[in-house]
Formats: sequence, C-alpha cells, structure tokens
Amino acid sequence: MAASGSRVPVDKTYKIYIDGKFPRTESGRYFALKDAGGVVIANICRGSRKDFRNSVVAARSAFAGWAAASAYLRGQILYRIAEMLEGRSEQFVTELMLQGESKRRAQKEVDASIDRLIYYAGWSDKYQQIFSSVNPVSSSHFNFSVLEPTGVVAVLAPDDSGLLGLVSNIAPVIVGGNTCVVLASEQMPLCAVSFAEVLHASDVPAGVVNILTGFRDELTEHFASHMDVNAVVYCDGDAEDAKAIQEQAANNIKRVIDRVDTDWGEALAQNPYLIKQTQEIKTTWHPIGS
Amino acid sequence: MSTESSKLAFTDGWQYAPAPESTDHVQVDAEYGLFIGGEFVAPAEDRYFETINPATEETLSSVALCSDADVDRAVKAARKAYSGTWSKLSAADRGKYIFRIARILQERAREFAVIESLDGGKPIRESRDIDIPLAAAHFFYYAGWADKLEYAFPGRKPVSLGVAGQIIPWNFPLLMAAWKIAPALACGNTVVLKPAETTPLTALKLAEVIRDADLPPGVVNIVTGAGATGAAIVNHPDVDKIAFTGSTDVGRLIQRAIAGTGKKYTLELGGKAANIIFEDAAIDQAVEGIVNGIFFNQGHVCCAGSRLLVQESVADEVVQKLKDRMETLIVGDPLDKNTDIGAINSATQLETIQSYLRLGREEGAEMHQSACKVPERGYWCRPTIFTGVSQSNRIVQEEIFGPVLAIQTFRTLEEGLSKANNTPYGLSGGVWTDKGAKIFKMTQSIRAGVIWANTFNKFDPTSPFGGYKESGVGREGGMHGLGAYVRLEV
Amino acid sequence: MALSAIKSNSALPDLGKVALVDEVGVKERAARFQTRSIKNESKIEALKMVLSMIDLTTLEGQDTPGKVRQLCQKAIHLHGSLPELPHVAAVCVYPTMVGIAKKALGDHDIKVASVATAFPSGMAPRQIKLEETRIAVGDGADEIDMVISRGAFLQGEYGYVFDEIAAIKEACAPAHLKVILETGELGTLDRVRRASVLAMHAGADFIKTSTGKIQPAATLPVTLVMLQAIRDYYYETDRMVGMKPAGGISKAKLAVHYLVMLRETLGQAWMTPEWYRFGASSLANDVLMQLQKQATGVYQSADYFSKD
Repeated sequence: MAASGSRVPVDKTYKIYIDGKFPRTESGRYFALKDAGGVVIANICRGSRKDFRNSVVAARSAFAGWAAASAYLRGQILYRIAEMLEGRSEQFVTELMLQGESKRRAQKEVDASIDRLIYYAGWSDKYQQIFSSVNPVSSSHFNFSVLEPTGVVAVLAPDDSGLLGLVSNIAPVIVGGNTCVVLASEQMPLCAVSFAEVLHASDVPAGVVNILTGFRDELTEHFASHMDVNAVVYCDGDAEDAKAIQEQAANNIKRVIDRVDTDWGEALAQNPYLIKQTQEIKTTWHPIGS
Repeated sequence: MSTESSKLAFTDGWQYAPAPESTDHVQVDAEYGLFIGGEFVAPAEDRYFETINPATEETLSSVALCSDADVDRAVKAARKAYSGTWSKLSAADRGKYIFRIARILQERAREFAVIESLDGGKPIRESRDIDIPLAAAHFFYYAGWADKLEYAFPGRKPVSLGVAGQIIPWNFPLLMAAWKIAPALACGNTVVLKPAETTPLTALKLAEVIRDADLPPGVVNIVTGAGATGAAIVNHPDVDKIAFTGSTDVGRLIQRAIAGTGKKYTLELGGKAANIIFEDAAIDQAVEGIVNGIFFNQGHVCCAGSRLLVQESVADEVVQKLKDRMETLIVGDPLDKNTDIGAINSATQLETIQSYLRLGREEGAEMHQSACKVPERGYWCRPTIFTGVSQSNRIVQEEIFGPVLAIQTFRTLEEGLSKANNTPYGLSGGVWTDKGAKIFKMTQSIRAGVIWANTFNKFDPTSPFGGYKESGVGREGGMHGLGAYVRLEV
Repeated sequence: MALSAIKSNSALPDLGKVALVDEVGVKERAARFQTRSIKNESKIEALKMVLSMIDLTTLEGQDTPGKVRQLCQKAIHLHGSLPELPHVAAVCVYPTMVGIAKKALGDHDIKVASVATAFPSGMAPRQIKLEETRIAVGDGADEIDMVISRGAFLQGEYGYVFDEIAAIKEACAPAHLKVILETGELGTLDRVRRASVLAMHAGADFIKTSTGKIQPAATLPVTLVMLQAIRDYYYETDRMVGMKPAGGISKAKLAVHYLVMLRETLGQAWMTPEWYRFGASSLANDVLMQLQKQATGVYQSADYFSKD
C-alpha cells in the first residue's frame, strides 16, 4: 500500500455491507490480513453473530420487494452489476494480486466473474420457463407448477476463491428472487467488500445482498442455525463440518445446499440448476368449467 | 351539453393544450443507403423512394430501393458472416453483442420513439411507452438465450440454420424488427431484413445501432424496398429460412413460393379476434379492454379485438359505456403527448378502411363514430363502431386493420364460443368474466394462439405469440420462439 | 330510526348486483390518466380549478381557535402577488371549531365544512353522532363530512350502514352531506364500489375517499372506482353526486391528473366546486408555486409562499 513517489496514498478501510450501508462490525473486532511476506494489507472486520442477526433482518425485510420485482428488472440489475464490475476490473485485479494471485490469473478470474453475472442475468426470465409445468391432471382442472424463491439464503462463500466463487454463489441466489447474507472468504476477503460497493452502485435494493467478513469457525453455526433463514449454502469443509451444518439446519428444516469441491472456474459451474436449488415449487389447481 | 347518445358532456369546457414532444434532438438523414456488410451502400440501380409522415404528408427521407442484385449482395454478405464469423463465435460472445444492441436502444430510446411516430403515425405515447421499451426488452431477452439453447430443447442439440430472410410490416416497425432479429441472432443465424416500404426509418436507425455495437459486418443486413424486394428475398436460393409478418394474402403467396424448396418458414398473418364479454365481467374494465383492443395503434394490430361479442343481458350497458369512452379519445398529431389515436399509416390503408365503412353501411349495419375533431392534412379515421351486424357481414368476417369495431350479441357460452371460432383466422381472443372456471373453459376452447383473459393486447418478450389457422404458423417470443431458428439434431 | 323524506332513493339497493371491479384493469386505466401532459393555458386553467376545489383542512387534536383563524386567513388570502386567484371552496374543521371558522370567514364566499359522527373512527353510539351533527350545523356548518361505520360494513351489515347515513342526512339538513368511505380500510375495490352505491342511495350529496388519518388515503384507482359508481348512479337516477378525494394529494401535478380523470369519466358537468373537492392542506401552496412558475417561467421555492 505504501507507494514510492511523493504523494501519500489514502488507504481503504474495509467494512462490511448490511442493508445497503457500510457499517463496521458492531463488535469492533478486526483481524489483520497479511500478504505472503507477512506485511499487513488491511484490517478486516471480524464480523459477529449480531452482525449476522442484523443482516438476516435486513434480508428478510428486503425479500418481499425483491421477490415481487419482475424477472426482467432482476435481469437488468444483474447485467448492471456486470457493467459496474467491468468498469472497475482493475481494482479487483489489484486486490487479487495483493492476496497472492498472479496478474494473469487475477484478470482471468475477474473476466470470468463478469461473464458469469451476464450468464445469470440472462436466466432471470427463462429459468421459470424451463422448470415450470402445466400438469395434465385427469380431473377438469387447470393445474400448473411454478417456481418461487425460498426466501433468505445464508451463503458461506468458498474460502479459496477471492471473487469468482463469491459471485458464482450470489448470482444464482438473487436472480431467482431470494435475498442473502454472505460470509466472504476468510483468506481472501478484499474483493468481497469491493464487490459490495459494486452491488451498491448497481441499483440492487438495500438488504438483497449483505456481505460479512470474519472467522468461519465463529460464524458458521449461526449461518446454519438461524430460524429465519430458509436455506444455507456451503462450499468448504470436511464430512464432519458438513454434518454439523446439516444438523443445525434441521432446526427449521432449512434447505441445505452442498457445493463443496466445486471448481468455480469450470464451465459447468454455472447452470440453471444452481438457481433451482434455492427455489420452491408451487402447484395450483383451478376448475375448468362454466 | 350532453349529446343525444350520452348523458355526459365531454366536449367544451377545459381542453388540453397542445403538448408536443420535442424533436430537435432527433437525427433523420435526407437519404439512406442499404445496410449491407456492416455499412451503408448505394443501391445497384441508383433508385430511391420516399417515406412520408402520414400525419402531415411531408417527406421525411429518401431511402434506397433494393433491387434483386442488392438482395443477392445482402444474402452473400449474410452467408459470409455466418460461415466466417458468427457461427465461429462462442455462444456467450454472441449473447454479449445482442445485449449491446439492447443497451444502446435503451440509451437512444427517445430518439427512436420520435422517429417511429414521425414515420408511421402512431402516437408518441405508444412509441415511447410500449414500442421502443418492448423492442429493447426483446433484444435483452434473446441475448440471454444465446448460450443456453440446449436447455430449451431437452434431448436434442439445437443447430443454427444459416441465413434468415425476414420481412416485416408497418404497424410496429422497430418492434417487429426486434421480434425477428433477436431470436435469429441468438440462435446463431445471420439476417437479411426488409422493413415495410412506408416505415423504413427505425430499421435504418437500428442498422446504425448494430454498427455502433460493433457486430461483425454482415450479421445483420437491412434492405429497403417494397413487394418486389420481399419476393427477391423469399425466392433467393441461399436463404435458409423465411420469417414474414403481414397480411394473410401475402402469406399465402409466400407459402406457395417456398413450396418444394425445403426452406423453413414462419408466418404471422392477419386476424379478426373476438373480444367476448360475459354478463359477470367487471364491465368498466372490460370496456377499457375493448378500447385497448381495437383503438390502440389505430387498430393496426393483427391481434386486434375487432369483433365484440357481448352477452345480450349487458349489451346496452357496454355499448353506452363504450360510446362515452370513445368521446374521450383524442385523434390527432402523433407527436402530441395527449394523442390516443394517431394517423392512419398510408393513403392506401385509409382508402381500405373507408371502403369498409361504406360497405358496413351498405350491408345494413348502424355506424357510430366519436365526435372528435381531426386535423385537415394527413390520414385520419375516427374511432368507429358498428352495431346491428351479423356473422355473415363482410365487416365481421374480413380484417379491416383500422379503428373499426363490429359488435354482436350472444346468449350462451356455447353460442359465444361458436361465433368466436367461426372464422378462418385464429390469432387471438379476449375473454371477460369474473369467474375463474369460465376463463379456463373459454381459453381451452377458443381456437387462437393468444388468449387474453380480463385484459387485452399484452405483450412480453417471454410470452409466445402466433396464430392458428390462417392467422399463421409458428410462434415468436418466449422459449417457443427459438424453435423457428434452429434445426434439432439428435 | 325512522327514515323521513329524503331526496333520493330511500331503499337499500341490492348490493349483490353492484358492478364487479378488476383491480389490475383499474390501475392500468388510472396510470394512463397520468400520461396526459397538461401544458400552458390548459395547465393554468387546471391549476386555478384545483384551487377553487380545495377544502382547506385542519383536523388535528392540537387545533386551537388561533390555528383555525390562521387557516381561514389563508383561505381568504392565498397569495400576495398572483392576480385573479379563485378562492378555495371551503375550510374543513372539527365541530368545536365551526363557530370560530364561521366568524373568521365573515362574508367571504367560502363554505365551512365540519367533520362529524366521531371522526375519524366512527366508533360512537348513533345518538352521539346525530347530536354532534346537529351541533355543527347549528354553529353554522354548510357541509357535514361524516364517516361510515366500517366495522358494520365489513361485517355485511349494510342495512345498519345505510340507515345511519340516511339518519345523518336527515339531521344535517339544510347542510350538504359528504360520506367518507375510508377506502383504506375497506380492502378491495369491489367493496369501495359497493360502499359508494350504498352511500349514494342513502342520500349522500358527495362521496369522499378518506379521513386522511390512515394510509392509504386517496389514490387515483380508488377515486376512479368511485367516479364510475357516480356515473352509473347518475344514469340510473338522474341525480348528480359529488366526489371528494382526500388525503395524499399534496402535489399540483397529481391534482391536475385527478382533474383529467374526472373530465374523462364524468365530463364537464362535474368540473366545478359544486361537484368536486380536494381534501388537502399543503396542496394549495404547491398549486400556487406552479402558477407562479407558469407566470414567471422560473422554478419556485417554498420560502415565498406562506405556511399558515
């Protein structure tokens, strides 16, 4: 961060993103993110369970409006996020490099993240078409099944990915009308906070995406156990970790979505089934007659 | 003072002052060439024709007349772009180009809206609020399908066709161009498109957008001309697929011309839709639906609700309310923001409509028009209804394509249904009832491709559109609209 | 309570036959009115019409004689420099303030409207409501704005609601009766239509959307449904009933769109203060600002318009 030359640079403060605002963690705690040489890059908020609780409140409050937004509008907003990210790709490349990536791989990752957002933007008004059905019941009824967003989704973003893993897990959740609370990678948290700024500039309504930084071992149980969260997504951990999450999720029959060992750089790491995983299916009957 | 047909007084008193849309930011060139191979080029025979403003009869611009040689050139450019570039791009990149078209259209929306109204006569409020936003939305929707086609065809591998020849009408010029170009490109095809001869301008401006979006040259080619140009496109041996929207008569000619060639085709043709109002409908909203169904866009709508079938028990009430509502419709300068009904698109079309008005009276029907003033210059038709008509009247059977409604009554659901289906057309229909079960029974039984229940003339890029019977074959819009532009391999 | 001679239909209408309303269709029609562009001389004419239709209102628990006198002063003297301004139609106050308002308005041709019948809730015994009405009229109210009993209406006790309106109508003579439906509590547009029909048949001279004390108050869709009910009633009985949207109309542009809706639904005969009112307080100043802008060509600041 210290640059050679006469001008004294201004260092960025990395905060968290809750309800469309950028507060510090209510706990006041932090952890120092260091580069490979042990030099401190930044002080990162060590988010608390209360931050998570507040985020869930914000996400729940934002859900009705976001779910009611037209598919077209959600698609436009996701496309806008891509536009904003494209405009700021240099910053994200720099942050990835600070956290240990090579320039070439960092650029590739940022490009892939932008393209992934466009990919999901394109699904907003189509996934309903491929996953819904009109069912030919044998009685004189019009019967149709449609997808509806499940609600508030808690996302434990992949720990080994600075940006692509994060974007890959947020986009399919929100394009389907859900809101989310996301725990950023603990090893590489910088881009998550900058990505919050991109979201903020993209007409994403407050509370639709909430991004926290902090320690996995402190926060996972809250992500998994909160009674007002409808689904939990996790991308890391061994069998024991998974079991713990699943057990806690059972509190309120949370939908549990296991994305462990996904190679987010792969083409198949983006597909509409990832949208479907956080959707419910509603079937309606209505008589046909006069 | 109330008129004899209404107890309410809609003339006199407070009037709306002119509210003209500003046009000084709009750029229309004096002359346009053909858009072939990514640039505007002069036509081979150096011939041009004029496009006029039907509200003022003034010339707007001079556009190139595309000869057979020009069509050949355009198809060659489209073929070269197809084999050389477009089919080699990744599907995601194709999508990105189409997204660009959508975004640029959104940026230039107001300019396009003004030009659309100038060239075609439709009210600025419609171009601004409906035509242009929907056109951009179509590009946006289909852009997203480009890299997702395999999901739309379970068990099959969709493969692009090649070069699509597309011929569009004058009633929704830019929107029809979007309906044609967007899915064609998304599926990996290249395009030669001919706008209608009375409304070429927004297609030519779209060519500018395509150029500015940096689409590879030749992917979209836009050629201007009339029937002969269209025929040349249809008959060209190197066109793989024809898409046509227009009259049933021309559609028939095209289907014959293509016979034996193996070309794929979709036809979106005329209609004579029945708008059916039951006694248990929300009557005031149904009346609004009638107005929207036949007077929107001056009735220049293939899916217009041009026949009203109203259950006898509420017929008088409906007709009275309709007449009152007609008195509040403003016919006038398309560029005035308060205009509801703009200019009839051309002198020819106006003559056609007027001949039907004469015919209707000759056939013994009773004609009623609103009392509104119309400007002196330009082509105008007041909103018109005919009562005292029967199923055999020609004004009930034939498509008029103007703001003219034929009104019949029915007594039972079966009778209403029978009358609704008793036509060689089958594009659309409307059902108005508060009873859900009846809605589904009617939608199940009406033989038409688009059925509006308790609404009318609603369009969305995700919603398929197309007709049964002589209203055409094939669907545009939605997931189903992709099928016309791919071959399915196992 | 026996129903004595009432001007209009004194029989409870068959509410099962009331027109059905499609909410989406109503909202679309209402939205279309808002695409009308009212400019130049038609805008000035509309703004003046709006002013002439305002019932300048103060209905606060903290109202005092001083506050009411100030309001009346504003009613009489809207603005210093704009020429040829019409005066507002009325001031609207609580019954205890009627006498104050009457005295403050003197000979000016501005009516005094009083709310009554346990406004805004309507939760009081009938005899209290009748007594309150008589007191207000006795103190000089020209118009009474009553509230219907929403609880009874929602229970389906239409006879009760009907009788109450008829009784208040009798008690408030010779003052005119506006009947507030409190549309925000009725839930659906079907109910709004039904309540409108009921109120008109019971003798209402005006039907009014809201008390302004809850959200939502007046909206274009709700007002449209009521205008359509008035139109159908007029066709049926030849009797004109007035319309008053109240609450939530603070911008001149929106008020002008209400006039567009009025003009295109009921026509010219209703476009006077005799048949149409706006229940508003801050609307007047926004209208004055727009008039000043039209006159000078320059956008205005609220600092130049008195807040009484």
